[in-house]
Amino acid sequence: MTQQILLFLALAVVAIASALGMLLNRHAVYAALFLVINFGTVAVFYLLLGAPFIAMAQVTVYAGAIMVLFLFVIMLLGTEVIKNKPRQTWQRPVAFVLGAILVIEAGYLLLVQVGALPPGGQIEPAFGGPVMVGDLLFSKYLLPFEVTSVLLLVAMVGAIVLTRRKA
Amino acid sequence: MLPITYYLGLSAILFTIGALGVLVRRNAIIIFMSVELMLNAANLVFVAYARYLNSMNGQIIVFFIMAVAAAEVAVGLALIVAIFHTKHSIDVDEISNLKG
Amino acid sequence: MLFSEVVNGPTFFFLVPWIVFFPLIGLLVNIIAGGKLSEKAIGIIASAASGLAFVVAVLQLISLAANPAGTVVNLADWINVGELHIRWAFQVDTLSVTMMLVVSGVGTLIHIYAIGYMHEDVRLNGDPGRFRRFFVFLNLFIAAMMVLVSSNNYLMLFVGWEGVGLCSYLLIGFWYEKGKDGIGNALAAKKAFVANRVGDFGFIIAAFIMFWSFRTFDFNVVFQRAPAVAQITPWAITAITLFMLLGVTGKSAQIPLFVWLPDAMAGPTPVSALIHAATMVTAGVYLIARSHVLYALAPQSQYIVALIGGATGLFAATIALAQFDIKKVLAYSTISQLGFMVAAVGMGAIVAGMFHLVMHAFFKALLFLSAGSVIQGVEHGHHHVEHDPKLKKKLKGQEKTFDPQDMRNMGGLRTRMKTTFWVYLIGALALAGIPPLAGFWSKDEILAEGFVLRPFVSILLTIAAFCTALYMGRQIILVFFGEPRSAPVEHARENPPIMTVPLIILAVLSAFGGLLNLPKIQTFANWLDLTLKTGQPVESASEAAATGGFNPLVALISVLLALAAIGLAWWLYYRRYPELQKLPATKRPDDPLRTLIGPVFTVLENKYWVDELYWTVFLNPYISLSRFLADVIEWRFWHDWFHDVVIVGGYGVITRLLSVRVDMGGIDAAGNGLGTAVQRSAGWLRRIQTGFVRNYALAVLLGVVTIIGYLILR
Repeated sequence: MTQQILLFLALAVVAIASALGMLLNRHAVYAALFLVINFGTVAVFYLLLGAPFIAMAQVTVYAGAIMVLFLFVIMLLGTEVIKNKPRQTWQRPVAFVLGAILVIEAGYLLLVQVGALPPGGQIEPAFGGPVMVGDLLFSKYLLPFEVTSVLLLVAMVGAIVLTRRKA
Repeated sequence: MLPITYYLGLSAILFTIGALGVLVRRNAIIIFMSVELMLNAANLVFVAYARYLNSMNGQIIVFFIMAVAAAEVAVGLALIVAIFHTKHSIDVDEISNLKG
Repeated sequence: MLFSEVVNGPTFFFLVPWIVFFPLIGLLVNIIAGGKLSEKAIGIIASAASGLAFVVAVLQLISLAANPAGTVVNLADWINVGELHIRWAFQVDTLSVTMMLVVSGVGTLIHIYAIGYMHEDVRLNGDPGRFRRFFVFLNLFIAAMMVLVSSNNYLMLFVGWEGVGLCSYLLIGFWYEKGKDGIGNALAAKKAFVANRVGDFGFIIAAFIMFWSFRTFDFNVVFQRAPAVAQITPWAITAITLFMLLGVTGKSAQIPLFVWLPDAMAGPTPVSALIHAATMVTAGVYLIARSHVLYALAPQSQYIVALIGGATGLFAATIALAQFDIKKVLAYSTISQLGFMVAAVGMGAIVAGMFHLVMHAFFKALLFLSAGSVIQGVEHGHHHVEHDPKLKKKLKGQEKTFDPQDMRNMGGLRTRMKTTFWVYLIGALALAGIPPLAGFWSKDEILAEGFVLRPFVSILLTIAAFCTALYMGRQIILVFFGEPRSAPVEHARENPPIMTVPLIILAVLSAFGGLLNLPKIQTFANWLDLTLKTGQPVESASEAAATGGFNPLVALISVLLALAAIGLAWWLYYRRYPELQKLPATKRPDDPLRTLIGPVFTVLENKYWVDELYWTVFLNPYISLSRFLADVIEWRFWHDWFHDVVIVGGYGVITRLLSVRVDMGGIDAAGNGLGTAVQRSAGWLRRIQTGFVRNYALAVLLGVVTIIGYLILR
């Protein structure tokens, strides 16, 4: 139990730290790299939670594809630092306050109003494996699967159309 | 077994950080990345509950979320590029033509 | 009380409504088709209508000969309300038939005369188209007068009463745009109408009291119930009779309402003859004669009637002595003679009064028509002189003001208008009361009865008779004898037969009319008694005397007085007048009588200033009051102040209050305010749209936080 908590805490710290790093960093590239670390940490969490397939997918898709895409665009658009013209200066404090409230609310919900939280239990070894995922994906969730494929097509087309210059 | 509240709490914190990023940063790409962070936080909750409820449904949803997030990133970045062509800046505060 | 019809010879009672219908048909034909007819045709239609009415009257006479009690012929119901039942019904008895015969007979003669007279008159006055109107009005008058004399109840009588008043107004004002200052005739007509109106007021009050006491207007029922009512409420009978007397003074021109009759001479001469001498003015006498039952039950009223009659007779006769207008003399003479009649019926001598009424109708109509003939003759002379340059010189200074009716301009017409002279002479002598002409018998009967019943009144009437003879003598001599005193009169000529023939007929009637009621034979008296006696028998001294009598002493005195008066007139006007003419102009009196009675003559000439008195005492205050009410109260107060300031102003204030304060200030402000508020709030809310994405995201997060907070706290 203690091991698990320690492990959890260590990983949590990393995750939060990387998130904060992304938040606070001026340079976009550094922020992207911090986010990659975050994604990696979350993938580890997935493994801990018995979702190996999802963990791999996280690394592959999120960290591998999406973040690469981000980096591509960052490189494309130049990584200049945005001049610090103060605009909407009231936004920051309000945002922080709201964020704090949100955290407080979440904390309240978790700690005080502990309702019917599932206790957890034993899971089978193949839980979260590709067999089980594929099993469900092609039977029960076939329609969303197909629709998602169409969605991806649409996204592709959209991306091309949006960036096409009127030559 | 760790109580699920740990994961939920972590997810909440990550979500909040992502939200703050959206609100506070002015770089459009950073804002986008914060949105991805928020989505990730949600994914974490789903997976946690899938584990603790012994149900695969949560993981399947995460699968779909990822797919959608990918699509969304593609389109969103294309948008940012398109905007950059006109505005020559990725400061979201520059994009305020709809000011009433 | 219906008389039973005794079948005893031919009866034509059922024809009596035609006595009204024929004149009505005549006037309708003339109104509708008259525009396309010639003057002769119009005149013939009108005269025929009147003549047919006379025929019907004669038929009634024949019917009454067979059936002396008379009858009531019902035509239709008029008013049926509660206790009030009034019918259009004709009372055919000797009294009403007498009146019918006089009105239609004399009326027809005057219609014929008027054809010739109006032919000239409309041309002299310049409006030939008005010929038709005259005959329409004349026929209307005959119809109304017939309604008056043949009615069976007081209300139908009043309809005729008012009708003749209307016709009098229409005919006096026939030449409404002429007269003094272009309005004189219209003013005279108005005066007649208003004076009559005052009388009508009396009649109406009498009718009200009558209904209140008797619950009916029917003659027969009233006379039947009269004695009973007199026992219970004697004042009612007195009141009825006195108010009726007021009506009589209006219609028959007695004191105090006689003032309209002299002015009524402004109408054409046939009008004066028919309406203001023979028929309309006698309606009052007829009324009293008809209501003799009521008067017999109210002796005080009788005395007052007789007094008024006597006083009027004398009063008017004295005024006639000093008048220079030929028609004015005759007008005052009429008033005086009416006084005789009213005094007679007031005394209870009904027969005497009615007899004088018939005789007077003859010779007064004759005198008026002859006067009209004289005037026309003089007008012809005037025209002749005006259009002859040689003669015009003689008119120097007199062209505009030459008055064809002024006796001072006349003289010597005896040789120039022979027929007119003779008929006029007959009429004048009849009026003066020279036997054996008609006037002597009737006037003498009145005087005789008077000395028995009311001696004081009779003395007044005797003096009036003296004056009558005097002024008639004066008139005859001034007009016909001596030398002409002006150029037009020199060249006057006689009128055509259409005018002179009716005069001759009337002269015959005036000469031999006395035969109707010679003493001891008393045809007329017996005839009338059939009606007068068939009411409830009333015991009074007057009743016994109503059958008339003959007093040789009275007759002798009256004849001697008449002759003396004529002698005086001869001396004054035949002898002294030419002598006085030779005096230088400044010293020359315009009338020899002035030398006899001096200032009294001026009083008489000015008619005792009665008109001026009325103006000062009644009319001017009334007009001032009326003007005050109209100008001050009606206009300045009600209209200018109350209406304009209070109502309109107040309303304006309220309207302004509502419109400015409430509508514009309140409601509009609310509406506009709403709009402004929305505008302002919109402008205010607009600021949410900052255009910055981050702000929108902040809003979203804010919403999320709020909802979660709500869900937590629930």
